[in-house]
Amino acid sequence: MTLLFRTLFFICVAGTCLLFAQAPSDPSQRETQPQQQSEVALIIGDRIGRQPTFAVPDCITTQDGDALASTGALIAEVLWDDLEFEREFRMMARDIYDSVPPARSLTDIALADWRSLGADAVLNCTVTNTGNDQIRVSARLFDTNTETSAFGVQYSGALSNARVYAHELSDEIHRHQRGLRGIARTKISFVSDRDSESVLGLVENRQTKEVYFSDYDGASVQRVTISRSLNTTPQWSPNARAIAYTSWRRGFQDIFVSHIYEGRLASPANGTDQIHNWLPAWSPDGSLMAFTSNRDGNPELYIMAADGSDVRRLTNHPGIDTSPTWSPQGHQVAFTSDRTGSPQIYVVGADGTGLRRITFESYCDRPTWSPAPYNEIAYSSRTGAGHDIKVVDLATNDVRQLTFGLGTNESPSYSPNGRHIAFMSTRGAAGTKQIWTIGRDGRGLRRLTNQGNNEMPSWSQ
Amino acid sequence: MNTWWSQQRAYSLILLLCATLIGATSCVKNSPTVPEEPPPPPDIVDSTPPPAPRPTPRPTPPPPEPEQPVIPEDTFVSRSLEELNRESPLEPVFYGYDSSEVDPDARAVLDSNLEILRENSNWIITIEGHCDERGTAEYNLALGERRALAAREYLIGRGLEARRVRTVSYGKEFPFDAGHDDTAWAANRRAHFVITDQ
Repeated sequence: MTLLFRTLFFICVAGTCLLFAQAPSDPSQRETQPQQQSEVALIIGDRIGRQPTFAVPDCITTQDGDALASTGALIAEVLWDDLEFEREFRMMARDIYDSVPPARSLTDIALADWRSLGADAVLNCTVTNTGNDQIRVSARLFDTNTETSAFGVQYSGALSNARVYAHELSDEIHRHQRGLRGIARTKISFVSDRDSESVLGLVENRQTKEVYFSDYDGASVQRVTISRSLNTTPQWSPNARAIAYTSWRRGFQDIFVSHIYEGRLASPANGTDQIHNWLPAWSPDGSLMAFTSNRDGNPELYIMAADGSDVRRLTNHPGIDTSPTWSPQGHQVAFTSDRTGSPQIYVVGADGTGLRRITFESYCDRPTWSPAPYNEIAYSSRTGAGHDIKVVDLATNDVRQLTFGLGTNESPSYSPNGRHIAFMSTRGAAGTKQIWTIGRDGRGLRRLTNQGNNEMPSWSQ
Repeated sequence: MNTWWSQQRAYSLILLLCATLIGATSCVKNSPTVPEEPPPPPDIVDSTPPPAPRPTPRPTPPPPEPEQPVIPEDTFVSRSLEELNRESPLEPVFYGYDSSEVDPDARAVLDSNLEILRENSNWIITIEGHCDERGTAEYNLALGERRALAAREYLIGRGLEARRVRTVSYGKEFPFDAGHDDTAWAANRRAHFVITDQ
């Protein structure tokens, strides 16, 4: 399974290069260098058992008079941010490294000086120009206390993919040092009015929203739709090669799927001017899609095969049933229903049986089921004038609140390792809608977007 | 990617061409002419009536009027959809908070709209459901659809042909009033009528 995921991931990145960078490259030719130590000895701790402190100085360049220095600095900055994001290590601020002499090579590094400065680990890296805008990045993680190399990796590929090498390196360090699935290579899709135009149609003064995606840290934004219409509720397919969303490009809301690496657009739900479909949610294996439709005269939930065949009805109630999200195994669907008078979160088996109510608050919507190993649902809850992000633990029914009344906070989406949640907030920034991320423990708030209004994030696998 | 973009452009271009063509035909078809004979009296039940005046007050029964002037509402026929919608005779319907119930006020508006639709039997309309900003964007897509469907069901229940009424929900995406108070919210909880074909 892990192998499959990794393979897909590499295919995905290769696709990105071909499609967007137009620089054919093979960014992740990784060679793990031979190690002498045992597995146990490779894990860097600190002398008194706290989180180890990591330093990430600029990658050194091995050629003189070199234009690669900025690339070396960029890789170190991006890697530092990636490591900081997971909060597994204490990251030593990069502006206090001046007292330590720069490394002279990948292995010639002043480990004693780094130890004196307080670093338990140093990531030393080199960038080499290999011609034709290609580079080689080599990295080694050193334990300053034992003065040994914990591990090393090497990447070759296009200069323009510098951020990708940093992200891959971060994921590698988290996997190696913590057995943790890093998310530095994931993407976040969202809708934005940043390139807003007038909607094509009969009513004036309406502005478009289009679908975009970026790296998990907000960098490298790519536009997905050019529809001159309203588009909302993007959802990554589990293999991160397609984005399903709701679009009004035909004058009514219907589900569209952009296969972004194949240049193919599909509308599997086959909407008409009478039958509308919206809010698509892929099942965990990508074979099914749950969605909301008016086809029986009232918003109800349906499940279809990803190609649009085998449509079956999941809910049947005169109230509104909408906003579906799948459990990690695909056996259950959580959704929003106003069947008791106000919108609340419910869970039902994917076969339509076993309905139970989850929330008992004033107004809840947009449930998002966490990935394993967590068993919880994030949602937005009205807490005053606006909404806040809350999480309900499905084993204990305990609810914890992650945001506290700054602006309105809606549309939570989990990172694939379950440790972070992306959401839309109107806090700060003159009340505009922006995408933020926060840890599932409520710590580590970060803002991803700043151009125009940005909302409805979906975090890729 | 490139192919897909080209398809998008081609699609937009086709749409644009169609729009231009429709515009052109309606112009040709509807070049203003003074009728030599007065139009037959408007008949509310007739399924294919000629252009008729807006029924305020309802003409009952209209006497023959050889000298009847060209009535201003006749110009509805000669207008493009854009122009029609800019000065639409169809009034919006408003709803309570988190409600899609068609209340007595809403019924009065719908009845009036129904008369206009009967007099303009070639009009196809789309009822847009809209919501105020207080609900979540996702839930409001369903609420807006319910509001539009409720208005549509009422009209069909009063005898309007189902094929003439489409719906769409825009949730809270296109507020009518950009404000953030009770007045704005009340104005935004609405079903807006758009003439989408004639």
